[in-house]
Amino acid sequence: MRKHTYPINREELLYGKPGKGRILLVDLSSAEYRYEEIDPDICRFWIGGKGLAGYYLFPEITRSWKNPSMPLVFMTGPLTGTLAPASGRTCVMSKSPLTGTVGDCSVGGSLGWQLKKAGIDGLVITGRSQNLCGIEISDGNVSIEDAGWLAGASANEFYEKLKRKGSVAGIGPAAENGVLFSSIMVDGTFAAGRGGAGLVSASKNLKYITVHGTGRVPVHDSERLRSASEDIRRLVAATPALTGEHGLQNCGTAALYDLISSRRMMPAANFRRTFFNKASSMNSHAYSDEYNPKRYGCKGCHILCKRVGEDGTHLPEYETMSHFSALIENENLRAVTEANRICNEAGMDTISAGATLACFSEITGEKLTPDRITELLIGMASGRGEGSELGQGSYLYAKSKGCPELSMSVKGMELPGYDPRGAYGMALGYVTSTRGACHLRAYPISHEILRKPVATDRFSFAGKARIVKIAEDMNAVIDSLTVCKFLFFGCSLEEYASAYSAVTGIETSAQDLLAAGERIYFRDRMMNAKCGFTSKDDDLPPRFFSEEGSSGNGIEISPLNREEFLETRSKYYRIRGLDPQGFPLSSKAKELGLENLL
Amino acid sequence: MRRLLEKYSAKMVAAGLAEIGNPLLGGLDAELEWNREDSAIPVLEEVFRGLNINSLLFSLPAEPYRSIIDFLASEDAGHIRPEDSETRTFMHDLPVIKDFRSDMIIDKLRNRKSVIVKGKGIVTWGTVSPEQAFIFYSSVCFACFVKFFSDYLRDSRRGLVTTGQERVFRNALKYLDRYPDEPPELMSGPFRNREDVYRAVAQAGRLTVEHRLVDSFFGNVSLKWGDTLFISQTTSSLDELEGCIDPCPLDGSACTSITASSEFSAHMSILRLTGMDAILHGHPKFSVIMSMDCQKANCPTRGSCHTSCPEKRFIRDIPIVPGEVGTGPFGLCNTLPPAMEGNRGVIVYGHGLFTVSKIDFKTAFKNLLSIERMCQEEYFKHLG
Repeated sequence: MRKHTYPINREELLYGKPGKGRILLVDLSSAEYRYEEIDPDICRFWIGGKGLAGYYLFPEITRSWKNPSMPLVFMTGPLTGTLAPASGRTCVMSKSPLTGTVGDCSVGGSLGWQLKKAGIDGLVITGRSQNLCGIEISDGNVSIEDAGWLAGASANEFYEKLKRKGSVAGIGPAAENGVLFSSIMVDGTFAAGRGGAGLVSASKNLKYITVHGTGRVPVHDSERLRSASEDIRRLVAATPALTGEHGLQNCGTAALYDLISSRRMMPAANFRRTFFNKASSMNSHAYSDEYNPKRYGCKGCHILCKRVGEDGTHLPEYETMSHFSALIENENLRAVTEANRICNEAGMDTISAGATLACFSEITGEKLTPDRITELLIGMASGRGEGSELGQGSYLYAKSKGCPELSMSVKGMELPGYDPRGAYGMALGYVTSTRGACHLRAYPISHEILRKPVATDRFSFAGKARIVKIAEDMNAVIDSLTVCKFLFFGCSLEEYASAYSAVTGIETSAQDLLAAGERIYFRDRMMNAKCGFTSKDDDLPPRFFSEEGSSGNGIEISPLNREEFLETRSKYYRIRGLDPQGFPLSSKAKELGLENLL
Repeated sequence: MRRLLEKYSAKMVAAGLAEIGNPLLGGLDAELEWNREDSAIPVLEEVFRGLNINSLLFSLPAEPYRSIIDFLASEDAGHIRPEDSETRTFMHDLPVIKDFRSDMIIDKLRNRKSVIVKGKGIVTWGTVSPEQAFIFYSSVCFACFVKFFSDYLRDSRRGLVTTGQERVFRNALKYLDRYPDEPPELMSGPFRNREDVYRAVAQAGRLTVEHRLVDSFFGNVSLKWGDTLFISQTTSSLDELEGCIDPCPLDGSACTSITASSEFSAHMSILRLTGMDAILHGHPKFSVIMSMDCQKANCPTRGSCHTSCPEKRFIRDIPIVPGEVGTGPFGLCNTLPPAMEGNRGVIVYGHGLFTVSKIDFKTAFKNLLSIERMCQEEYFKHLG
């Protein structure tokens, strides 16, 4: 393999000016790379992270995800590597193999931090290597290395072998074996999970990336950044969902398990029910008893919401806990952690894997035992045995069996652990999400369940069209700043706008950022429209409109009213600037400054 | 949406924050709705167009807030900077503009939750619900009241009170909350079942609001019953606690406290340390004002009194402790519970008052009232 040396002055690389963007472009077909400086106006227009990653994806979005020209983008945010709390995430973006939509994930770990310290704001990978390879970056020096020796290696195996080289991102055997919902695993346990970015990496014959940096991330006004960071930390401390006795800091996302159960909206038996009788014995408390966990988390975050048991077992997040227990009716706690381990080692999205098992269980009528869960998951990841056909996700599997309606998915992506009959904003948010059924694009759970910033009526569509639209804009900003969404249970863009200005020297406001967020989300819709997505794809499985959930404890879980749902979706289209078929209006594109993308 | 607009308009009037017919609230989903007609609507429609929001509130505050805010707005160019805990944590500062013009309003609201228009009123917004706009409006009134009375006390001691300041002060006195000599009738414990516990917690919350012992929703209430703590949920309105009380097992075996009040940890520690059962937390104005009254000259921790005050301070028998909202390193969960031992109440600097009692809320409520009354007396005693 060819070795390359860094082409520009190292001092300039590591001590550059804030507000500029430096992108590393790697072409795996030619094994060449180059650096590109981005115009500061473009950085300001798209913020960073998701916004800037889409700048590189947009021109290629109509290609197949397998096409070597399809970029796989890793983009940091403008605050990454600085004091700004929880700002070290990375946006991973490409076209989703699972859905065919724009596919982006916000992933934790230390990847973004190391990229920034290596003087790199983003990494754009195109082409296809002849052999399985890895990209190694150290303070801007780049080499493309043979990775044949790591073929088939699990996330933990390749992480252990490569971690001395810095942060490690890579794919497990699931991606190498064609699983449509395969992840890119960062630093062993952090997953860019949803939508199948791992498979895009596999299509490029790219097994791993390592990044090590020793530079300093430039900050325009350190005192202002310190002040903004203090404001953020004060608000975090005032938020029980984050730092309370049972908040994410003390219990991880597992804290949500009891709450969602008590609201009778925990999906069970492939969404045939919304209550799981064994929930109280499989909650955060039960995991603590069983594993006596310690907490850890992403670089630069003081919440530390992840958990590892004293025996080294990585504990599942809420979605994984819920899907590998209630959704597949598994009552064995250790089977949940084992399923979580297999998915993470193989590099598979746990939500899609769990939901696909649930779909399989409903179609076949088979009750899944712990051993059977293990067998099917290994089959998925290895592409062998009965599990192999499940690696295509629940939609293609159910369709192949003649019952696509039993796939609980939107645009082919499986629903996570919040039943839409228990939170109507969530019902709308699932269908308007540009990457398929995702709870994080609008995150209505924040106000419908967690009461942040204030509570809304979870059983009403009233006002939800605009609430969802504004929240999508806001979360597009958060993913572009590459900040953790959880912090916004307590903070607002007001505080992060100040941090942004402090770091970049660009004066901005919460509303300026929101305007950029609207632009970024609208561009997602434009990309999906180019790929043929219409209002027909913005819909929930029929089950949610015809079947009741599990009412009880004075809470009634009724089917969603289809008329009200469609009316709210129509309102959303008008508010978002889409036509009745869900296509972006050119007038809106012009209003947002996107006329050059029409 | 219309229902919510009318609900929060009525709440503003009931809380003495605005006069009947004054609050103007707009809610935007696909269409824009207002709670009433008003000549200000065209300007506010421009504001809606300039901001990514779903609610707006514009109102002239009722007295004494109106005179107080006008006075502070004329004193402070550009921004009013109260130092109470709510402003410090949530609002940061309170921008002021001269004219009721959409471009000026938009400019300030791009980065803040409220803007004061001199002589015209307060504009606030929400992105989720008109409730946010109501809360921000209420917070502005509360923060300005506390700042005005704190500044007046300081200036009075120094002989620096201006004529205008004196006039506003005299006017404000006419509107001060009067507290009854005897507390209202509260439910008696011990309670026989969970339903009674829920009702008792809701009643205590409602009476705290009705007696103006808290602004907007920033207070909390809890009651230990058996092996469970029943506590008001975060961001719940204390006068509407029905359905907003979390039952949290004392052994931590369920995570239901994830939606409980931000002071859940402090409540749990207080119960463990004091053996009490009921906790009331309000923001009575004079308790907050007096907690911030310190005459120590050249104090090295000036400016960070809310987190680092090293002194043992009291208002008569009531301790004052530093501490921020929640559970951070400077959180009141660290300072408040030990101070509560052997005391009938504790004031957290610039924040509010906590009281406790056994079995039911009777004594806690009585102490909430009497301590606030005592702080009011102390304030005027300090004025001489």
